[in-house]
Amino acid sequence: MAEEAPPEAEATEVVATPEGAPESTPESTPESTPESTPESTPESTPEGAPEGAPEEGDMVVEPRVPLTPEEERALREKFEATTRYVNKKVTSIFFGLLGPRMIKKMARSKIVTPELYDKEGYPVDGGLMDVRLGVIDPGLRCKTCGSKLKECIGHFGYIEIARPVIHINFVKIVHTMLQCSCRECGRVLIPDENIQKAREELEQIETDEGVEARRDAVKNFVSSTKKMSKCPHCNAKQEKITLEKPTTFMADAERRITPIEIRSRLEKIPDNDCWVFGVNPESARPEWMVLTVLAIPPVTVRPSITLESGERSEDDLTHKLGDIVRINQRLFENINAGAPEIIVEDLWDLLQYHVTTFFDNEVAQLPPARHRSGQPLKTISERIKSKEGRIRHNLAGKRTNFCARTVISPDTMLAINEVGVPKVIAMKITVPEIINEWNREYLKKFVENGPTKYPGANYLVRPDGKKKKITDETKEAILEELQPGYVVERHLIDGDVSVFNRQPSLHRMSMMCHKVRVLPGRTLRLNPAVCAPYNADFDGDEMNLHLPQTEEARAEAEILLDVQTQLISPGYGGSAIGCIHDGISGNFVLTKFIDLTYQEAVDLLCAIGLFNVDKLPNKKIITGKELFSTLLPDDFTFHGKSKNGEEVVVEKGQLVKGVIDQKTVGGEGAGEMIRALQKEYGSQQTIDIIHSIFKLGIEVLLHTGISAPVSDIDMPKAANTKIQELLVQAEEEVAQIIQDFEGGQLEAHPGRTVKETIELRILEILNKARNSCGDTIREHFTEGLNSTSIISSGARGNILNIVQMAACVGQQALRGKRIDKGYKGRTLSCFKHGDLKPESRGFVRNSFRKGLNPKEFFFHAITGRDSLMDTALRTPKSGYLYRRLANAMQDLKVEHDKTVRDANGRIIQFLYGEDGIDVSRSEKGTVNVDRITRQS
Amino acid sequence: MEPTKHAIVPKHTKVSDKEKQDLLDTYGITLRELPRILIKDPGLGKLDVKEGDVVKVARTSPTAGESFFFRRVVAT
Repeated sequence: MAEEAPPEAEATEVVATPEGAPESTPESTPESTPESTPESTPESTPEGAPEGAPEEGDMVVEPRVPLTPEEERALREKFEATTRYVNKKVTSIFFGLLGPRMIKKMARSKIVTPELYDKEGYPVDGGLMDVRLGVIDPGLRCKTCGSKLKECIGHFGYIEIARPVIHINFVKIVHTMLQCSCRECGRVLIPDENIQKAREELEQIETDEGVEARRDAVKNFVSSTKKMSKCPHCNAKQEKITLEKPTTFMADAERRITPIEIRSRLEKIPDNDCWVFGVNPESARPEWMVLTVLAIPPVTVRPSITLESGERSEDDLTHKLGDIVRINQRLFENINAGAPEIIVEDLWDLLQYHVTTFFDNEVAQLPPARHRSGQPLKTISERIKSKEGRIRHNLAGKRTNFCARTVISPDTMLAINEVGVPKVIAMKITVPEIINEWNREYLKKFVENGPTKYPGANYLVRPDGKKKKITDETKEAILEELQPGYVVERHLIDGDVSVFNRQPSLHRMSMMCHKVRVLPGRTLRLNPAVCAPYNADFDGDEMNLHLPQTEEARAEAEILLDVQTQLISPGYGGSAIGCIHDGISGNFVLTKFIDLTYQEAVDLLCAIGLFNVDKLPNKKIITGKELFSTLLPDDFTFHGKSKNGEEVVVEKGQLVKGVIDQKTVGGEGAGEMIRALQKEYGSQQTIDIIHSIFKLGIEVLLHTGISAPVSDIDMPKAANTKIQELLVQAEEEVAQIIQDFEGGQLEAHPGRTVKETIELRILEILNKARNSCGDTIREHFTEGLNSTSIISSGARGNILNIVQMAACVGQQALRGKRIDKGYKGRTLSCFKHGDLKPESRGFVRNSFRKGLNPKEFFFHAITGRDSLMDTALRTPKSGYLYRRLANAMQDLKVEHDKTVRDANGRIIQFLYGEDGIDVSRSEKGTVNVDRITRQS
Repeated sequence: MEPTKHAIVPKHTKVSDKEKQDLLDTYGITLRELPRILIKDPGLGKLDVKEGDVVKVARTSPTAGESFFFRRVVAT
């Protein structure tokens, strides 16, 4: 919460501050707690606030009397304390171990009993829930620091362990240290002169290549010293130390080394020698890796929960600690009673087990500690590790309040940058609005409506940060209380700023800012023109809606994320948003075939909400092109190509030549006219034009009607016979080749076997056959049919779909080959072994219209299922690849000299994109020099 | 086989000391910030380079036709 320079230049003059630092003006009242500071946004402090009766002096700044320097300083200190400024920058972090002395020093309580509560249900002193360890019950104060719940961060305790145990996470280091240090004198098994050299070398490596390389070097040192059998310092013979996982050490594979001995050996290692192991003895003495004192985490780390039945349920960590304390106590008792060594050792092992599982309950060789129900305890490591752990789930995880998620559905009447929000959602999610003199009455109405009547309000926030729910009972009192500085959390209303998102959020257009439109119904509504950037359809897709809660966030969303700012994709430099489906085919039909009467034209224009009919030429008959032209700006000039390669010319806002289709108004980079409009008139106007073009297309189709009847795939008799001939011919050709193959006359292609050759040849012939079918159909492709309009406008489908319906479905390919799986040497039991005929290898000769025979149907089903499986399996894989790419490249950045550099300033690319072009400012990746010269 | 003669292996040339200094000055960098190339990289072929030298790589680029990269030679 950065305080910007005081927005209101205060009626009374601000006293000159010593450093003139802007923060020093105590513009928010000193009483305001940090939580309430967000309200001190410019809006909240009414400009030159007419000091209304300062009833409680909540928001009102006392009249300014010049302050003495001391007062000034005191005030400033108080202010700075409340804003919690952090003036320090983290330059480095280091990790170390807690030694026993440190643990005792930071501990507030010594834990001696495994009991948690006494008979009255009060925490036992010296128990695991000791009141000195922090507060977890609301209303109580901490015995140690005196702060309340949520303020007190908790305090550590400790227990004295009867016999040392090894910390499971350091077993590996302990092992290498034992291997590489002398059992007698504790020195590293390297001669003195080499130790110094080794240290210097390590330093050198660190400065040259970084910490990573140093770690590797340490590893190398260690592995070379392990082999020493005699101490170079005291000539003592060394034992071979092996680790019996998880925590037992053996000397020469016969004698067990107890943790006591280990600890004493580690103690002997001199500080200077520690460095060789990559250990800094100041922050991590080796013997600290063997625990004699265990730090007990504060209760705030392991809060107990009270069940509905009033029973207390303890955290897993508390359970585990209880075990440790219990066993520890027994061990103490047994040692003091002089119990036989076997019993003591058994207990010791048990203690080791409990301490180990306290740190890590997933140690490979140990059975995990379990609840009574049999489910494993979640101890410290499991809390931190993996996807559900603290880091990936809580720290790197992104979850928010003030968001909604439901199924989406289309609504073409919504503006492109709007989102339809169901009323039920609009009444649940709120937007905070700060009361001031001018909006008091306006906001009062929301409060009067309360939470149940639409545009109402759910909460009221007082300047001290107290939140009050508005209910029918509290409403009256709250209405009385309303005054500037209070915040009303009101229902969503039309025009509120929201951020709309569909996962996977692969590019920046996956999150765009839409304006709220509250609508009846239960789905989130969006204009189908933005389906392309979100990659959304309406087969059950769900999307998320977020409502920014501060003015800053709203401004940011509007400036950076608004749909119109996302119009040009930085991926390909074209418009990501454009007309789809009916929006395209409708305009195609309109501009290609339709002539309207003046009345009809006016009718259409009004239907799409345009009433400037004076733009229509004053004629009896108005062509579709003329009607379309009314949507374009008067001075718009455009030269482009339509999908079939014909020229499209717009001059002075008149479409004089060509038809409108997907290549001119489509989305996903296709719409060249949209790109040109954006360049000329800016995103805002373009968005409006796209919307009216879209609506016009739909309205035209509403009037003319469009559907794809079966008659559209009726072919003239001549065409049908031609197709049959083609297929028969192809089959004969294949039969000939098979004959050649069986007779051994088939010549192999270079680098291929005969078998491969025949497959290739057959595939080629069959594909050619279907392609010629396609050509035949194209010859008879009559303009004006609905299907043809849909296809040639680029709205949906392609000629292949027609071929498959009208002529021949064609070869079914499985992994680029004909189908050859199923039985041994044949695909189905009704074929002969080694049958290579088209029909036995997945060639579907029939058309969808004629119908597939059972065998064909089966082959078709095979490929259908295969592609379904393929997409289902490929999506997560490519998602993971994308994630890795994004992680690897997340902080690459284009610098001012157009180089691409990483966070360390290292150059990745010398010129961004190798041509230095910002794609989002280009036209499809290139700079259109022609257009620029024409303009100037 | 001679990899440097292959069509898809971009041309590597050694950068003279002066050019090297110019390069570092244009980008305001030290050698550290340059991308690296291993001294035993087959693309260097018989080029007479030692550690710390800079190599110019002329690559064909789908966007710019030809683009130049500079790499600092490293031993490891």
